[in-house]
Amino acid sequence: MTPLLAQTEAASGSAEFWVFIVIGAVALGSALSMVLLRNAVHAALMLVVNFFAIAVLYATLDAQFLAVAQIIVYAGAIVVLFLFVLMLLGVAGDQAFTGRIAGQKTTAVLLGLALFGVLAAGVAAPFLGEGTACNVPVEQRVDAEGPLCEGLAVANADGNVRGVGFLIFTDYVWPFEVTSVLLVVAAIGAIVLGKRREDPGELTDAPASAVPALRDDDDDEAASDEDAAEPAAAGASEDDEEGTR
Amino acid sequence: MAAVYPLIFAALLFSVGVYGLLSRRHAVLVLMSIELMLAAVTVNLVTFWAIAGDALLTGQVFALFVMAIGAAEIGVGLAIIMLIYRNRASVNIDDADLMKY
Repeated sequence: MTPLLAQTEAASGSAEFWVFIVIGAVALGSALSMVLLRNAVHAALMLVVNFFAIAVLYATLDAQFLAVAQIIVYAGAIVVLFLFVLMLLGVAGDQAFTGRIAGQKTTAVLLGLALFGVLAAGVAAPFLGEGTACNVPVEQRVDAEGPLCEGLAVANADGNVRGVGFLIFTDYVWPFEVTSVLLVVAAIGAIVLGKRREDPGELTDAPASAVPALRDDDDDEAASDEDAAEPAAAGASEDDEEGTR
Repeated sequence: MAAVYPLIFAALLFSVGVYGLLSRRHAVLVLMSIELMLAAVTVNLVTFWAIAGDALLTGQVFALFVMAIGAAEIGVGLAIIMLIYRNRASVNIDDADLMKY
């Protein structure tokens, strides 16, 4: 943070608060429009706006590394993945689908409001008035009352990125490595699931009686997942069934 | 700034995500709503770190883990959606009723 900016914030006092109000309004508005918009691609673009707003929110909460990671990982990679799949599957929103559950939207509104009530009463209300989120500049924070803000100053003393990196490679090196293994497994699983097979009927959901024979190219591992693999020739008839539904 | 504002914000964001999860029928949009809920949880983690005044950056490190797990989940989830689309020619989650009953 530049000294000029720090001076400005120290002068105005509650600059973070107003940044938070504006950014929170942007994030909530984009989240609502993501949920309500008919066009799926528009919804994905609203998700980008939401992720950028949340990145700014992280920055105001003294999590600069998370803010940058949020932009790179979510607004960069994941939304591109979403858009790619949307373009691949067709960009129609869900207005084309006829629901089978009566009163689904009304129930969703009621349950969402109920969950907000529970969360606000159970998680947020205990911090009403007390418990300050210490997102004030470091200059103010050191001589603020109580030990709370000093802890954050200590945590970010060498810079946020350095602190996060130190913690990842010392205290949390084991979860970190497990997470990397998880990512590799997820990538391999996505490739295996998304791979186009020569036999179009493989992994379909036809009953086992309609299955002529198991494929035998997984010679060794086939025994373990025989139950899961149900190749059949029912792939062609699915399309006609969809049209009349 | 009092800590209650980011917590209320995260609760609102999570509830919007729950509404999207329950009301949407396009499977990709359902996954996007789940992303919204994950973002709300991450905001909560960072806020609680700031409340606790932890001299370490534990909350941010766990938010990073949540981010990585969310990325993995989206990769596998989109692959499953594409597989369902290939087999049933539909991304309507109401059509994915094979395991019903």
